[in-house]
Amino acid sequence: MNLPIELSPIAQRRWASFKANRRGYYSLWVFSIIFTLSLFAEFIANDKPIIASINDEIIFPVFFTYTEKELGGVFETEAYYKDPFILEIIDRTGWAIWPPIPYTYNSVDWELQAPYPHPPDSRHWLGTDGTNSDVLAKLIYGFRLSVLFGLSMAIISSVIGVAVGALQGYFGGATDLVGQRIVEVWQGLPVLFLLIILASMVEPTILWLLLILSLFSWTALVGVVRAEFLRARNFEFVRAARSLGVSDRVIMVRHVLPNAMVATLTYMPFILNGAITFLTAIDFLGFGLPVDSASLGRLLGLAKINLQAPWIGVSAFFTLAILLTLLIFVGEAVRDAFDPRRIYESSHDDDEDEGSDAEETVLAEGAAP
Amino acid sequence: MTETLLQVDNLAVRFGQTDAVTGVSFSLEDGKTLALVGESGSGKSVTALSILQLLPYPMASHPYGSIKLAGEEIIGIDNDALRSVRGAMVGMIFQEPMTSLNPLHPVGKQISETLIIHGGLSRSDAMQRSLELLDLVKLPDKQNKIKSYPHELSGGQRQRIMIAMALANSPRLLIADEPTTALDVTIQASILSLLQELQQELGMAILMISHDLGLVRSFADDVCVMTKGEIVEAGTTASVFSNPQHSYTRHLIESEPKGRPDIPSDSGPLLLDIQNLKIKYKIGKGWFGRKRDFYAVKDFSLKIPRGQTIGVVGESGSGKTTLGLGLLRLLKAEGRVVFNNAELFALSQKEVRNVRKDVQIVFQDPFGSLSPRMSVKQIVEEGLGVHEPELSAAQREQKISEALYNVGIDPRSMNRYPHEFSGGQRQRISIARALVLNPQFIVLDEPTSALDMSVQAQIVELLRDLQKQLGLTYLFISHDLKVVRAVSHYIVVMKDGDIIEQGDADELFDNPQAQYTRELMKAAFMQ
Repeated sequence: MNLPIELSPIAQRRWASFKANRRGYYSLWVFSIIFTLSLFAEFIANDKPIIASINDEIIFPVFFTYTEKELGGVFETEAYYKDPFILEIIDRTGWAIWPPIPYTYNSVDWELQAPYPHPPDSRHWLGTDGTNSDVLAKLIYGFRLSVLFGLSMAIISSVIGVAVGALQGYFGGATDLVGQRIVEVWQGLPVLFLLIILASMVEPTILWLLLILSLFSWTALVGVVRAEFLRARNFEFVRAARSLGVSDRVIMVRHVLPNAMVATLTYMPFILNGAITFLTAIDFLGFGLPVDSASLGRLLGLAKINLQAPWIGVSAFFTLAILLTLLIFVGEAVRDAFDPRRIYESSHDDDEDEGSDAEETVLAEGAAP
Repeated sequence: MTETLLQVDNLAVRFGQTDAVTGVSFSLEDGKTLALVGESGSGKSVTALSILQLLPYPMASHPYGSIKLAGEEIIGIDNDALRSVRGAMVGMIFQEPMTSLNPLHPVGKQISETLIIHGGLSRSDAMQRSLELLDLVKLPDKQNKIKSYPHELSGGQRQRIMIAMALANSPRLLIADEPTTALDVTIQASILSLLQELQQELGMAILMISHDLGLVRSFADDVCVMTKGEIVEAGTTASVFSNPQHSYTRHLIESEPKGRPDIPSDSGPLLLDIQNLKIKYKIGKGWFGRKRDFYAVKDFSLKIPRGQTIGVVGESGSGKTTLGLGLLRLLKAEGRVVFNNAELFALSQKEVRNVRKDVQIVFQDPFGSLSPRMSVKQIVEEGLGVHEPELSAAQREQKISEALYNVGIDPRSMNRYPHEFSGGQRQRISIARALVLNPQFIVLDEPTSALDMSVQAQIVELLRDLQKQLGLTYLFISHDLKVVRAVSHYIVVMKDGDIIEQGDADELFDNPQAQYTRELMKAAFMQ
């Protein structure tokens, strides 16, 4: 596979090294496919038709909200497309294309006669949970929410962490000393207690959780980035840039940051995993998202209450396990690809060390399939 | 005594698909010294390491050839047999004594380790013998030194410890891989004379790997000149040096930096006036521990006329690099520096930026001084972006091409990345980065130290040409007296932050006054 953008030689070598780790490479593919599919969750699992024709008018219930009145009904509220009345209108005056799973994460299946939670059958492929909504639909939405939450938190905390670490490392001295102490105190604050207090004051939404967790997770990267900057600020090419009169900001971004990015990118998959696990954990404990939200942790919580319905717990467990395993495999491959001992082996020995030079060529040859 | 100890026949070393050494043969007798000479990448270290089978097998392999040590074949023997050779019959010293000693153990323990393994001595006997060995390598204050850790010792002392370790089991062959390259010149001389004495005393053979022709000439009985994995010339030292047959050998011998700088019109106008420059570091422990000021440069005064080269000479720790960084305000310094009538240390950050255009620096390490992630064009362009932002893209490219052309780099290769260039070419790129701004004054901080001998000569040549063409003024910082001699009009000798001696280059070299200067020269020119 060729990347559409042009990569620097060092990035090309890393990409080759990443591809050489087959487990990580295929994990990335599998993860990308599942994640892309889950991004279109509304088209896969929904209690509204994707597209429908009523009274010779084409409507897109997935994108737009239509009141029942507009569709020829009575109420001014949003149409409930599974209402027999609406179904009858659709049947009489047009047609509708439904998603393969005609339930969303919180839709209750009123027509199910049997008691819930209901075991898997042809109507609900993975059964229903303790609120009588479809488990598979919940998993698809929960997967998307978890990954998106993890990604945004990883990005937010990396941006803050890299910025703080960069300032501390580059300027050193008093800046560094004060910064380090503040970070240490900040790290000592108990996140879980804050979340419990928050849960008692407001109904936590996903943005609230993101805000609170980002406030405390950025410290993870500060240490590494600070160390990289401390090291790199004495590199000769950084000194050369300073003697050229280049401003501190430009030096930090152009010359030093690329060095720190290696450490950051290496940590990212693990921060991502940590964020996903944390969200699941607080949802499971009941301090996170509301009970009918599309959350894997909530689903696990429902599974704990309904131990007689193992399909809930088993499905949620496997979804989480597969998600985290894929990300860890990808993370491992990224870490190996960025391992400076492999990349920089030849470029940094200035004495005649023929042995390692030759080793390097062998490595490079081995890496290219 | 004239038994053949080491016989290498048609040896080849291959890494993966690449041949590092092809068909090398030489032999060494008891009590003799053989030197393998070559530039980096010539395969000399690989050859030496294969004698002890220290290469990364199985990535490395020997497709053919044999190594016989006292009549026994080394290639292919099992690990147990190999261990009885390593450290017992053959000792080895490496280039960098800091990294070849374990920093977590006292040196005494490290010396006794090989005695316990190979000699079967008890712990206390081994300690006793270690003390004798330290005596042998003339380490002063051995009772205390034996308990110290590597970082507490100086480079020369560490190398003595390494030699003691290598000699612990009275080897018949000592392999010395660039034993003095990482050391200061005066210490180099003492280590070499120690090796010579030890050889006479113990009658061992020495296989010396070096790139330094002067050292080889005064030290070895026989020489093998290697290049590209082959021996191109072999013979006694005297015959090889006085009558080199192969063109590569002649090239090596002739490539020592030679010549003198052009005599400039006497005493040009003053460019830089340094008065009482002091640079200090704070050293001390902990938060509340008392900090001590350590002056790396003490009271340095010098007037630098335009168009001349001032050579600053000193060993490591003499403060010469600190001086260069201080002059450029890359470090905090006290005193007065007047550059073109501008008081350098009184300027604001903004004003300094304007001066930076005229004052540039070239660093020692051509690998570290170029950002690996930027193309040559971006590297050279960076200064233009700061100082001449009004230029159009085409004008910029024109300037970059000019600068690259001036230093002898094909401007068409400006879109390539630093790793695609050799060490010498990278140093040329560093010089181009400084030149593109048309500076008046360039600090050259050991610009040739990391380069091979023949490349050094080319860089020296280039610097002299540029000076003539562009009327540049250099501050040339180096520990290498030969190079300094070849470029400087005026010399300053520094030691521990003080100026020991200064004067016109010819006078100072012909008739050094200070004892320290004389020692330096004796060590450097091996007279």
